Amino acid sequence: MSGLGAVYRKELSDNFSSFRFVILFALIAMVSFIISYMAGVSLKENLEGVAKPKFVFLMLFSMKGALFSLVEFVAVFGPLIGLVLGFDAINGERAHGTLVKLLSQPIYRDAVINGKFLAGATTIAVLVLSVVMVISGFGLTLVGVVPGVEEVLRLAIYVGISIFYISFWLGLAILFSIAFRSVATSFLASVALWIFLSFFVSLGASVVANSVAPVEKREGADPETVVANAQIKEGVSLLSPMFIYSNATATIVDPMRKTTRSFVLMGPMEQISSSRFQNPLSLGQSLVVVYPHLAALIALSLICFAVSYSIFMMQEIRT
Amino acid sequence: MEPQTIIQTTGLTKRYDHQTAVDHLDFQVVEGEIFGFLGPNGAGKTTTLLMLLGLSRPTEGTATVCGLDPERKAMEVKKIVGYLPENVGFYGDMDAVQSLRYIAELNRIPGSEAEDRIHEVLKLVGLAENGVKKVSAFSRGMKQRLGVAEVLLKQPKVMFLDEPTLGLDPDGAVRLIELIQSLNQERGITVLLSSHHLQQVQKISHRVGIMIKGRMVAAGSVEALAREKFGVGEEKFTLEEIYMKYFQEV
Repeated sequence: MSGLGAVYRKELSDNFSSFRFVILFALIAMVSFIISYMAGVSLKENLEGVAKPKFVFLMLFSMKGALFSLVEFVAVFGPLIGLVLGFDAINGERAHGTLVKLLSQPIYRDAVINGKFLAGATTIAVLVLSVVMVISGFGLTLVGVVPGVEEVLRLAIYVGISIFYISFWLGLAILFSIAFRSVATSFLASVALWIFLSFFVSLGASVVANSVAPVEKREGADPETVVANAQIKEGVSLLSPMFIYSNATATIVDPMRKTTRSFVLMGPMEQISSSRFQNPLSLGQSLVVVYPHLAALIALSLICFAVSYSIFMMQEIRT
Repeated sequence: MEPQTIIQTTGLTKRYDHQTAVDHLDFQVVEGEIFGFLGPNGAGKTTTLLMLLGLSRPTEGTATVCGLDPERKAMEVKKIVGYLPENVGFYGDMDAVQSLRYIAELNRIPGSEAEDRIHEVLKLVGLAENGVKKVSAFSRGMKQRLGVAEVLLKQPKVMFLDEPTLGLDPDGAVRLIELIQSLNQERGITVLLSSHHLQQVQKISHRVGIMIKGRMVAAGSVEALAREKFGVGEEKFTLEEIYMKYFQEV
Protein backbone atom coordinates (compact mmCIF):
# COMPACT_ATOMS: atom_id res chain seq x y z
CA MET A 1 0.00 0.00 0.00
CA SER A 2 1.26 3.36 -1.02
CA GLY A 3 2.79 5.34 1.81
CA LEU A 4 1.55 3.08 4.58
CA GLY A 5 5.03 1.85 5.49
CA ALA A 6 6.52 5.33 5.56
CA VAL A 7 3.72 6.76 7.70
CA TYR A 8 3.87 3.76 10.02
CA ARG A 9 7.61 4.00 10.59
CA LYS A 10 7.48 7.73 11.19
CA GLU A 11 4.55 7.54 13.59
CA LEU A 12 6.07 4.66 15.49
CA SER A 13 9.34 6.46 16.03
CA ASP A 14 7.34 9.56 16.99
CA ASN A 15 5.38 7.54 19.51
CA PHE A 16 8.43 6.06 21.13
CA SER A 17 10.41 9.27 21.27
CA SER A 18 7.58 11.51 22.40
CA PHE A 19 7.30 12.90 25.87
CA ARG A 20 3.79 11.54 25.96
CA PHE A 21 5.10 8.00 25.68
CA VAL A 22 7.66 8.54 28.43
CA ILE A 23 4.90 9.69 30.80
CA LEU A 24 2.66 6.79 29.80
CA PHE A 25 5.47 4.34 30.26
CA ALA A 26 6.40 5.72 33.66
CA LEU A 27 2.78 5.46 34.75
CA ILE A 28 2.42 1.93 33.44
CA ALA A 29 5.69 0.80 34.97
CA MET A 30 4.65 2.20 38.34
CA VAL A 31 1.26 0.54 38.18
CA SER A 32 2.65 -2.82 37.18
CA PHE A 33 5.18 -2.77 40.02
CA ILE A 34 2.48 -1.88 42.51
CA ILE A 35 0.09 -4.48 41.18
CA SER A 36 2.61 -7.26 41.11
CA TYR A 37 3.74 -6.38 44.60
CA MET A 38 0.21 -6.19 46.01
CA ALA A 39 -0.99 -9.30 44.25
CA GLY A 40 2.19 -11.20 45.00
CA VAL A 41 2.21 -10.40 48.69
CA SER A 42 -1.45 -11.10 49.32
CA LEU A 43 -1.31 -14.25 47.25
CA LYS A 44 1.66 -15.49 49.22
CA GLU A 45 -0.05 -14.77 52.53
CA ASN A 46 -3.29 -16.39 51.53
CA LEU A 47 -1.69 -19.43 50.02
CA GLU A 48 -0.09 -20.42 53.30
CA GLY A 49 -1.75 -23.44 54.82
CA VAL A 50 -4.12 -23.84 51.88
CA ALA A 51 -3.89 -26.62 49.32
CA LYS A 52 -2.49 -25.08 46.14
CA PRO A 53 -5.40 -24.09 43.89
CA LYS A 54 -5.20 -24.53 40.17
CA PHE A 55 -3.91 -21.66 38.01
CA VAL A 56 -2.24 -19.84 40.85
CA PHE A 57 -0.09 -17.96 38.41
CA LEU A 58 -3.07 -16.41 36.67
CA MET A 59 -4.28 -15.11 40.03
CA LEU A 60 -1.41 -12.64 39.90
CA PHE A 61 -3.40 -10.90 37.21
CA SER A 62 -6.94 -11.39 38.41
CA MET A 63 -6.57 -11.16 42.16
CA LYS A 64 -7.33 -7.94 43.95
CA GLY A 65 -4.52 -6.92 46.22
CA ALA A 66 -5.11 -3.87 48.38
CA LEU A 67 -6.54 -1.86 45.49
CA PHE A 68 -7.21 -3.51 42.17
CA SER A 69 -6.05 -6.27 39.86
CA LEU A 70 -4.33 -5.80 36.55
CA VAL A 71 -7.39 -7.01 34.68
CA GLU A 72 -9.51 -4.35 36.35
CA PHE A 73 -6.87 -1.71 35.85
CA VAL A 74 -6.61 -2.37 32.11
CA ALA A 75 -10.41 -2.46 31.78
CA VAL A 76 -10.82 0.93 33.44
CA PHE A 77 -7.68 2.84 32.52
CA GLY A 78 -6.50 1.01 29.41
CA PRO A 79 -8.77 3.17 27.25
CA LEU A 80 -6.87 6.26 28.38
CA ILE A 81 -3.72 4.88 26.77
CA GLY A 82 -5.55 4.52 23.48
CA LEU A 83 -7.07 7.98 23.78
CA VAL A 84 -3.80 9.65 24.66
CA LEU A 85 -2.06 8.04 21.69
CA GLY A 86 -4.73 9.01 19.17
CA PHE A 87 -6.69 12.11 20.11
CA ASP A 88 -4.61 14.50 18.00
CA ALA A 89 -3.69 12.13 15.17
CA ILE A 90 -5.31 14.07 12.34
CA ASN A 91 -6.30 17.45 13.73
CA GLY A 92 -2.82 17.83 15.20
CA GLU A 93 -1.35 17.55 11.71
CA ARG A 94 -3.99 19.92 10.48
CA ALA A 95 -3.13 22.47 13.17
CA HIS A 96 0.58 22.27 12.35
CA GLY A 97 -0.05 22.69 8.65
CA THR A 98 1.51 19.34 7.83
CA LEU A 99 -1.63 17.52 6.72
CA VAL A 100 -1.92 19.20 3.32
CA LYS A 101 1.77 18.69 2.71
CA LEU A 102 1.51 15.04 3.67
CA LEU A 103 -1.49 14.43 1.43
CA SER A 104 0.09 16.21 -1.52
CA GLN A 105 2.71 13.46 -1.58
CA PRO A 106 1.91 10.46 -3.75
CA ILE A 107 0.20 8.44 -1.02
CA TYR A 108 -3.36 7.27 -0.54
CA ARG A 109 -5.38 9.18 1.95
CA ASP A 110 -6.23 6.10 3.99
CA ALA A 111 -2.53 5.29 4.35
CA VAL A 112 -2.37 8.16 6.81
CA ILE A 113 -5.04 6.81 9.16
CA ASN A 114 -3.95 3.20 8.69
CA GLY A 115 -0.32 4.05 9.39
CA LYS A 116 -1.20 6.04 12.46
CA PHE A 117 -3.54 3.37 13.76
CA LEU A 118 -1.05 0.55 13.23
CA ALA A 119 1.77 2.53 14.83
CA GLY A 120 -0.46 3.24 17.83
CA ALA A 121 -1.53 -0.40 18.05
CA THR A 122 2.11 -1.48 17.98
CA THR A 123 2.89 0.95 20.79
CA ILE A 124 -0.04 -0.42 22.77
CA ALA A 125 1.15 -3.98 22.17
CA VAL A 126 4.59 -3.10 23.50
CA LEU A 127 3.10 -1.44 26.58
CA VAL A 128 0.71 -4.29 27.41
CA LEU A 129 3.34 -6.94 26.82
CA SER A 130 5.86 -5.21 29.01
CA VAL A 131 3.37 -4.84 31.85
CA VAL A 132 2.48 -8.52 31.68
CA MET A 133 6.17 -9.43 31.54
CA VAL A 134 7.01 -7.30 34.55
CA ILE A 135 4.19 -8.76 36.59
CA SER A 136 5.11 -12.29 35.53
CA GLY A 137 8.72 -11.73 36.45
CA PHE A 138 7.93 -10.27 39.83
CA GLY A 139 5.31 -12.90 40.46
CA LEU A 140 7.79 -15.66 39.79
CA THR A 141 10.17 -14.39 42.42
CA LEU A 142 7.55 -13.26 44.95
CA VAL A 143 5.21 -16.22 44.84
CA GLY A 144 7.57 -18.81 43.52
CA VAL A 145 5.03 -20.49 41.26
CA VAL A 146 5.99 -21.37 37.72
CA PRO A 147 3.26 -21.01 35.07
CA GLY A 148 2.16 -24.08 33.14
CA VAL A 149 1.70 -24.24 29.38
CA GLU A 150 -2.01 -23.54 29.59
CA GLU A 151 -1.47 -20.54 31.78
CA VAL A 152 1.00 -19.09 29.31
CA LEU A 153 -1.51 -19.69 26.51
CA ARG A 154 -4.27 -18.02 28.47
CA LEU A 155 -2.02 -15.08 29.21
CA ALA A 156 -1.19 -14.76 25.52
CA ILE A 157 -4.90 -14.68 24.67
CA TYR A 158 -5.48 -12.14 27.41
CA VAL A 159 -2.73 -9.93 26.01
CA GLY A 160 -4.24 -10.21 22.55
CA ILE A 161 -7.73 -9.22 23.72
CA SER A 162 -6.31 -6.34 25.74
CA ILE A 163 -4.42 -5.01 22.74
CA PHE A 164 -7.65 -5.17 20.73
CA TYR A 165 -9.59 -3.43 23.46
CA ILE A 166 -7.14 -0.55 23.86
CA SER A 167 -6.78 -0.29 20.08
CA PHE A 168 -10.53 0.14 19.82
CA TRP A 169 -10.19 3.27 21.94
CA LEU A 170 -7.27 4.37 19.82
CA GLY A 171 -9.49 4.03 16.76
CA LEU A 172 -12.21 6.02 18.49
CA ALA A 173 -9.72 8.75 19.40
CA ILE A 174 -8.54 8.91 15.78
CA LEU A 175 -12.15 9.17 14.67
CA PHE A 176 -12.65 12.16 16.96
CA SER A 177 -9.42 13.70 15.75
CA ILE A 178 -10.87 13.57 12.24
CA ALA A 179 -14.31 14.83 13.19
CA PHE A 180 -13.20 17.75 15.35
CA ARG A 181 -10.90 20.48 14.15
CA SER A 182 -9.65 21.40 17.59
CA VAL A 183 -7.28 19.13 19.50
CA ALA A 184 -8.76 20.13 22.86
CA THR A 185 -12.29 19.34 21.68
CA SER A 186 -11.37 15.93 20.36
CA PHE A 187 -9.59 15.05 23.60
CA LEU A 188 -12.51 16.19 25.74
CA ALA A 189 -15.00 14.41 23.53
CA SER A 190 -13.13 11.13 23.69
CA VAL A 191 -12.65 11.36 27.46
CA ALA A 192 -16.34 12.19 27.88
CA LEU A 193 -17.32 9.18 25.82
CA TRP A 194 -14.92 7.01 27.80
CA ILE A 195 -16.48 8.12 31.09
CA PHE A 196 -19.97 7.69 29.73
CA LEU A 197 -19.44 4.24 28.27
CA SER A 198 -17.31 2.90 31.08
CA PHE A 199 -19.09 4.23 34.15
CA PHE A 200 -22.52 5.58 33.33
CA VAL A 201 -23.70 2.77 31.12
CA SER A 202 -23.37 0.16 33.87
CA LEU A 203 -25.19 2.49 36.24
CA GLY A 204 -27.85 3.13 33.63
CA ALA A 205 -28.15 -0.60 33.01
CA SER A 206 -29.36 -1.30 36.53
CA VAL A 207 -31.66 1.73 36.46
CA VAL A 208 -33.26 0.55 33.24
CA ALA A 209 -33.46 -3.05 34.42
CA ASN A 210 -35.02 -2.07 37.74
CA SER A 211 -37.61 0.15 36.16
CA VAL A 212 -38.61 -2.35 33.49
CA ALA A 213 -38.50 -5.48 35.64
CA PRO A 214 -38.34 -4.46 39.30
CA VAL A 215 -37.10 -7.17 41.64
CA GLU A 216 -38.35 -7.27 45.22
CA LYS A 217 -35.49 -7.22 47.64
CA ARG A 218 -37.41 -9.41 50.07
CA GLU A 219 -37.73 -13.11 49.61
CA GLY A 220 -40.21 -14.60 47.25
CA ALA A 221 -39.23 -12.64 44.19
CA ASP A 222 -40.66 -14.05 40.99
CA PRO A 223 -37.84 -16.02 39.30
CA GLU A 224 -38.93 -14.86 35.86
CA THR A 225 -38.61 -11.22 36.84
CA VAL A 226 -35.20 -11.88 38.31
CA VAL A 227 -34.10 -13.42 35.04
CA ALA A 228 -35.66 -10.62 33.00
CA ASN A 229 -33.98 -8.05 35.21
CA ALA A 230 -30.60 -9.70 34.76
CA GLN A 231 -31.08 -10.00 31.02
CA ILE A 232 -32.02 -6.38 30.55
CA LYS A 233 -29.13 -5.32 32.69
CA GLU A 234 -26.70 -7.37 30.64
CA GLY A 235 -28.24 -6.19 27.38
CA VAL A 236 -27.81 -2.52 28.24
CA SER A 237 -24.35 -3.14 29.65
CA LEU A 238 -23.26 -4.53 26.30
CA LEU A 239 -23.17 -0.93 25.09
CA SER A 240 -20.10 -0.48 27.21
CA PRO A 241 -16.83 -1.72 25.70
CA MET A 242 -15.49 -2.04 29.23
CA PHE A 243 -18.23 -4.51 30.08
CA ILE A 244 -17.56 -6.44 26.90
CA TYR A 245 -13.85 -6.49 27.61
CA SER A 246 -14.33 -7.61 31.21
CA ASN A 247 -16.54 -10.43 30.05
CA ALA A 248 -14.19 -11.35 27.23
CA THR A 249 -11.22 -11.67 29.54
CA ALA A 250 -13.00 -13.02 32.59
CA THR A 251 -12.99 -16.74 31.94
CA ILE A 252 -9.66 -16.48 30.16
CA VAL A 253 -7.63 -15.28 33.10
CA ASP A 254 -10.00 -16.66 35.71
CA PRO A 255 -11.09 -20.07 34.46
CA MET A 256 -12.98 -20.98 37.61
CA ARG A 257 -15.14 -17.91 37.81
CA LYS A 258 -18.83 -18.30 38.60
CA THR A 259 -21.27 -15.49 38.22
CA THR A 260 -23.00 -15.85 41.55
CA ARG A 261 -21.82 -13.70 44.41
CA SER A 262 -21.34 -14.72 47.99
CA PHE A 263 -21.99 -12.23 50.75
CA VAL A 264 -20.81 -14.26 53.66
CA LEU A 265 -17.70 -12.93 55.29
CA MET A 266 -14.82 -15.24 54.52
CA GLY A 267 -11.11 -15.21 54.06
CA PRO A 268 -10.03 -14.16 50.58
CA MET A 269 -8.96 -17.62 49.54
CA GLU A 270 -12.18 -19.21 50.68
CA GLN A 271 -14.08 -16.46 48.96
CA ILE A 272 -12.24 -17.18 45.78
CA SER A 273 -13.01 -20.87 45.97
CA SER A 274 -16.66 -20.36 46.83
CA SER A 275 -17.32 -18.02 43.93
CA ARG A 276 -15.68 -20.34 41.50
CA PHE A 277 -16.27 -23.68 39.93
CA GLN A 278 -14.51 -26.56 41.57
CA ASN A 279 -12.69 -27.36 38.37
CA PRO A 280 -11.47 -24.91 35.77
CA LEU A 281 -13.17 -24.44 32.45
CA SER A 282 -10.96 -25.86 29.73
CA LEU A 283 -9.23 -23.37 27.45
CA GLY A 284 -11.45 -24.31 24.52
CA GLN A 285 -14.59 -23.88 26.59
CA SER A 286 -13.31 -20.58 27.96
CA LEU A 287 -12.88 -19.37 24.42
CA VAL A 288 -16.41 -20.45 23.56
CA VAL A 289 -17.71 -18.44 26.50
CA VAL A 290 -15.82 -15.28 25.58
CA TYR A 291 -16.18 -15.58 21.83
CA PRO A 292 -19.32 -13.42 21.41
CA HIS A 293 -17.75 -10.65 23.42
CA LEU A 294 -14.60 -10.83 21.41
CA ALA A 295 -16.62 -10.63 18.21
CA ALA A 296 -18.49 -7.60 19.58
CA LEU A 297 -15.20 -5.88 20.38
CA ILE A 298 -13.84 -6.50 16.89
CA ALA A 299 -17.12 -5.36 15.32
CA LEU A 300 -17.02 -2.15 17.34
CA SER A 301 -13.47 -1.45 16.15
CA LEU A 302 -14.44 -2.07 12.54
CA ILE A 303 -17.45 0.25 12.76
CA CYS A 304 -15.25 2.91 14.26
CA PHE A 305 -12.79 2.52 11.41
CA ALA A 306 -15.44 2.54 8.73
CA VAL A 307 -16.83 5.81 10.05
CA SER A 308 -13.32 7.30 10.23
CA TYR A 309 -12.66 6.37 6.61
CA SER A 310 -15.87 7.74 5.25
CA ILE A 311 -15.48 11.05 7.06
CA PHE A 312 -11.81 11.45 6.21
CA MET A 313 -12.23 10.54 2.54
CA MET A 314 -15.01 13.07 2.01
CA GLN A 315 -13.53 15.80 4.14
CA GLU A 316 -12.18 19.00 2.66
CA ILE A 317 -8.61 19.16 3.81
CA ARG A 318 -8.40 22.93 3.83
CA THR A 319 -7.96 24.42 7.23
CA MET B 1 7.52 23.28 -31.77
CA GLU B 2 4.48 24.24 -29.68
CA PRO B 3 5.25 24.16 -25.99
CA GLN B 4 3.26 21.46 -24.25
CA THR B 5 0.27 22.49 -22.16
CA ILE B 6 0.90 21.59 -18.53
CA ILE B 7 -2.24 22.85 -16.89
CA GLN B 8 -5.57 23.25 -18.56
CA THR B 9 -8.85 23.99 -16.83
CA THR B 10 -12.26 24.18 -18.46
CA GLY B 11 -15.21 25.58 -16.56
CA LEU B 12 -13.61 24.50 -13.29
CA THR B 13 -16.02 25.28 -10.48
CA LYS B 14 -16.04 24.65 -6.75
CA ARG B 15 -19.10 25.45 -4.70
CA TYR B 16 -19.35 25.17 -0.95
CA ASP B 17 -22.69 25.27 0.83
CA HIS B 18 -23.42 28.93 0.39
CA GLN B 19 -20.66 30.32 -1.73
CA THR B 20 -18.85 29.72 -4.94
CA ALA B 21 -15.11 29.62 -4.33
CA VAL B 22 -14.08 29.00 -7.92
CA ASP B 23 -16.43 30.06 -10.69
CA HIS B 24 -16.04 28.54 -14.15
CA LEU B 25 -12.32 28.99 -14.32
CA ASP B 26 -10.59 28.65 -17.69
CA PHE B 27 -6.86 29.05 -17.96
CA GLN B 28 -3.78 27.25 -19.07
CA VAL B 29 -0.14 27.10 -18.24
CA VAL B 30 2.41 25.89 -20.75
CA GLU B 31 5.63 24.02 -20.18
CA GLY B 32 8.60 25.94 -18.92
CA GLU B 33 6.84 29.10 -17.90
CA ILE B 34 6.42 30.86 -14.59
CA PHE B 35 2.76 31.72 -14.24
CA GLY B 36 2.05 34.40 -11.66
CA PHE B 37 -1.22 33.51 -10.03
CA LEU B 38 -2.53 36.69 -8.46
CA GLY B 39 -5.59 37.76 -6.59
CA PRO B 40 -6.81 39.00 -3.24
CA ASN B 41 -7.11 36.65 -0.28
CA GLY B 42 -10.13 34.41 -0.61
CA ALA B 43 -10.25 34.71 -4.39
CA GLY B 44 -10.11 30.93 -4.73
CA LYS B 45 -6.44 30.46 -5.61
CA THR B 46 -5.72 27.80 -3.00
CA THR B 47 -8.96 25.98 -3.80
CA THR B 48 -7.91 25.91 -7.45
CA LEU B 49 -4.51 24.49 -6.55
CA LEU B 50 -6.11 21.80 -4.37
CA MET B 51 -8.40 20.80 -7.22
CA LEU B 52 -5.43 20.60 -9.57
CA LEU B 53 -3.79 18.23 -7.08
CA GLY B 54 -6.84 16.05 -6.70
CA LEU B 55 -7.13 16.97 -3.03
CA SER B 56 -10.46 18.69 -3.53
CA ARG B 57 -13.21 17.57 -5.84
CA PRO B 58 -14.51 20.08 -8.41
CA THR B 59 -18.25 20.67 -8.35
CA GLU B 60 -18.21 21.20 -12.11
CA GLY B 61 -15.77 21.39 -14.97
CA THR B 62 -12.52 19.62 -15.63
CA ALA B 63 -8.85 20.13 -15.13
CA THR B 64 -5.82 18.37 -16.50
CA VAL B 65 -2.26 18.44 -15.27
CA CYS B 66 0.23 17.12 -17.82
CA GLY B 67 -2.71 15.55 -19.58
CA LEU B 68 -3.86 13.72 -16.45
CA ASP B 69 -7.17 14.17 -14.70
CA PRO B 70 -6.28 14.93 -11.06
CA GLU B 71 -9.56 13.51 -9.85
CA ARG B 72 -8.98 10.07 -11.33
CA LYS B 73 -5.18 9.93 -11.48
CA ALA B 74 -4.36 11.72 -8.25
CA MET B 75 -1.35 9.52 -7.57
CA GLU B 76 0.27 10.15 -10.93
CA VAL B 77 -0.37 13.87 -10.64
CA LYS B 78 1.06 14.03 -7.13
CA LYS B 79 4.20 12.26 -8.35
CA ILE B 80 5.04 15.00 -10.85
CA VAL B 81 3.69 18.03 -9.03
CA GLY B 82 5.47 19.54 -6.05
CA TYR B 83 3.13 21.58 -3.90
CA LEU B 84 4.24 24.10 -1.31
CA PRO B 85 1.11 24.97 0.68
CA GLU B 86 0.50 28.38 2.15
CA ASN B 87 1.85 28.46 5.72
CA VAL B 88 3.48 25.08 5.29
CA GLY B 89 4.08 23.25 8.56
CA PHE B 90 6.84 20.96 9.72
CA TYR B 91 7.25 18.39 12.43
CA GLY B 92 9.00 20.52 15.01
CA ASP B 93 10.99 17.77 16.65
CA MET B 94 12.61 16.67 13.40
CA ASP B 95 15.66 18.27 11.90
CA ALA B 96 15.84 19.35 8.27
CA VAL B 97 17.42 16.11 7.07
CA GLN B 98 14.84 13.98 8.91
CA SER B 99 11.99 16.01 7.41
CA LEU B 100 13.40 15.52 3.95
CA ARG B 101 13.99 11.83 4.60
CA TYR B 102 10.32 11.39 5.50
CA ILE B 103 9.26 13.11 2.29
CA ALA B 104 11.68 10.89 0.38
CA GLU B 105 10.16 7.80 1.97
CA LEU B 106 6.66 8.93 1.12
CA ASN B 107 7.81 9.32 -2.47
CA ARG B 108 9.49 5.93 -2.37
CA ILE B 109 12.90 7.28 -3.30
CA PRO B 110 15.39 4.51 -2.46
CA GLY B 111 17.69 5.14 0.51
CA SER B 112 21.08 5.92 -1.04
CA GLU B 113 19.60 8.05 -3.78
CA ALA B 114 17.48 9.86 -1.22
CA GLU B 115 20.58 10.82 0.78
CA ASP B 116 22.24 12.24 -2.34
CA ARG B 117 19.15 14.20 -3.27
CA ILE B 118 18.69 15.52 0.27
CA HIS B 119 22.25 16.78 0.27
CA GLU B 120 21.73 18.36 -3.14
CA VAL B 121 18.46 20.17 -2.39
CA LEU B 122 19.71 21.46 0.95
CA LYS B 123 22.66 23.01 -0.84
CA LEU B 124 20.39 24.39 -3.52
CA VAL B 125 18.15 26.25 -1.08
CA GLY B 126 21.10 27.38 1.03
CA LEU B 127 20.44 25.26 4.10
CA ALA B 128 23.43 22.93 3.75
CA GLU B 129 24.78 23.98 7.15
CA ASN B 130 21.46 23.61 8.93
CA GLY B 131 20.80 19.99 8.10
CA VAL B 132 20.87 18.74 11.67
CA LYS B 133 19.18 21.73 13.26
CA LYS B 134 15.68 21.18 14.62
CA VAL B 135 13.06 22.71 12.35
CA SER B 136 11.36 24.35 15.32
CA ALA B 137 14.44 26.55 15.67
CA PHE B 138 14.25 27.68 12.04
CA SER B 139 13.35 31.23 11.09
CA ARG B 140 10.38 31.78 8.82
CA GLY B 141 12.60 32.29 5.80
CA MET B 142 14.51 29.09 6.50
CA LYS B 143 11.26 27.18 6.86
CA GLN B 144 10.03 28.43 3.51
CA ARG B 145 13.30 27.40 1.92
CA LEU B 146 13.07 23.99 3.56
CA GLY B 147 9.55 23.77 2.12
CA VAL B 148 10.98 24.44 -1.33
CA ALA B 149 13.64 21.78 -0.68
CA GLU B 150 10.91 19.26 0.16
CA VAL B 151 9.14 20.13 -3.07
CA LEU B 152 12.36 19.75 -5.09
CA LEU B 153 13.18 16.40 -3.52
CA LYS B 154 10.77 14.55 -5.76
CA GLN B 155 12.24 16.27 -8.83
CA PRO B 156 8.91 17.66 -9.94
CA LYS B 157 7.95 18.66 -13.44
CA VAL B 158 5.66 21.34 -12.07
CA MET B 159 5.71 23.33 -8.84
CA PHE B 160 2.69 24.91 -7.22
CA LEU B 161 3.93 27.55 -4.82
CA ASP B 162 1.19 29.08 -2.71
CA GLU B 163 2.30 32.39 -1.18
CA PRO B 164 5.89 31.26 -0.63
CA THR B 165 6.99 34.81 0.19
CA LEU B 166 4.25 35.49 2.74
CA GLY B 167 5.67 36.87 5.96
CA LEU B 168 9.25 36.97 4.73
CA ASP B 169 11.47 40.00 5.14
CA PRO B 170 12.25 41.85 1.88
CA ASP B 171 15.66 40.27 1.59
CA GLY B 172 14.30 36.76 2.20
CA ALA B 173 11.52 37.29 -0.31
CA VAL B 174 13.91 38.46 -3.01
CA ARG B 175 16.21 35.50 -2.40
CA LEU B 176 13.36 33.05 -2.59
CA ILE B 177 12.04 34.61 -5.79
CA GLU B 178 15.53 34.40 -7.31
CA LEU B 179 15.75 30.77 -6.30
CA ILE B 180 12.45 30.06 -8.02
CA GLN B 181 13.63 31.80 -11.15
CA SER B 182 16.88 29.86 -11.26
CA LEU B 183 15.00 26.58 -10.77
CA ASN B 184 12.79 27.48 -13.68
CA GLN B 185 15.69 28.45 -15.92
CA GLU B 186 18.14 25.72 -15.02
CA ARG B 187 15.83 22.79 -14.49
CA GLY B 188 12.97 23.76 -16.74
CA ILE B 189 10.43 23.35 -13.96
CA THR B 190 7.09 24.91 -14.75
CA VAL B 191 5.98 27.13 -11.88
CA LEU B 192 2.54 28.21 -10.79
CA LEU B 193 3.34 30.97 -8.32
CA SER B 194 0.80 32.69 -6.16
CA SER B 195 2.11 35.74 -4.34
CA HIS B 196 1.27 39.22 -3.18
CA HIS B 197 4.76 40.52 -3.88
CA LEU B 198 3.70 41.94 -7.23
CA GLN B 199 7.03 43.55 -7.99
CA GLN B 200 8.87 40.27 -7.69
CA VAL B 201 6.19 38.38 -9.56
CA GLN B 202 6.45 40.84 -12.41
CA LYS B 203 10.21 40.39 -12.49
CA ILE B 204 10.17 36.64 -12.98
CA SER B 205 6.76 35.69 -14.45
CA HIS B 206 6.31 34.99 -18.12
CA ARG B 207 2.58 35.40 -17.78
CA VAL B 208 0.25 36.34 -14.98
CA GLY B 209 -3.37 35.62 -14.25
CA ILE B 210 -5.53 37.78 -12.03
CA MET B 211 -8.21 35.93 -10.15
CA ILE B 212 -10.95 37.84 -8.35
CA LYS B 213 -13.97 36.30 -6.66
CA GLY B 214 -13.41 32.91 -8.21
CA ARG B 215 -13.01 34.18 -11.77
CA MET B 216 -9.93 34.73 -13.87
CA VAL B 217 -10.47 38.34 -14.91
CA ALA B 218 -7.30 38.59 -16.93
CA ALA B 219 -4.45 36.42 -18.07
CA GLY B 220 -1.43 37.13 -20.20
CA SER B 221 1.97 38.78 -20.13
CA VAL B 222 2.28 41.93 -18.05
CA GLU B 223 2.77 44.01 -21.24
CA ALA B 224 -0.33 42.54 -22.83
CA LEU B 225 -2.42 43.27 -19.78
CA ALA B 226 -1.11 46.83 -19.63
CA ARG B 227 -2.00 47.34 -23.25
CA GLU B 228 -5.44 45.94 -22.67
CA LYS B 229 -6.16 48.14 -19.68
CA PHE B 230 -4.33 51.36 -20.47
CA GLY B 231 -4.12 51.34 -24.25
CA VAL B 232 -1.46 50.89 -26.90
CA GLY B 233 1.94 52.24 -26.03
CA GLU B 234 1.31 52.09 -22.33
CA GLU B 235 3.25 48.89 -21.66
CA LYS B 236 5.34 50.60 -18.98
CA PHE B 237 2.62 50.24 -16.35
CA THR B 238 3.65 48.08 -13.48
CA LEU B 239 1.85 44.94 -12.49
CA GLU B 240 0.77 46.67 -9.31
CA GLU B 241 -1.04 49.39 -11.25
CA ILE B 242 -2.68 46.87 -13.52
CA TYR B 243 -3.73 44.73 -10.60
CA MET B 244 -5.28 47.68 -8.75
CA LYS B 245 -7.16 48.72 -11.86
CA TYR B 246 -8.70 45.26 -12.26
CA PHE B 247 -9.40 45.05 -8.59
CA GLN B 248 -11.27 48.35 -8.52
CA GLU B 249 -13.35 47.42 -11.52
CA VAL B 250 -14.70 44.19 -10.08
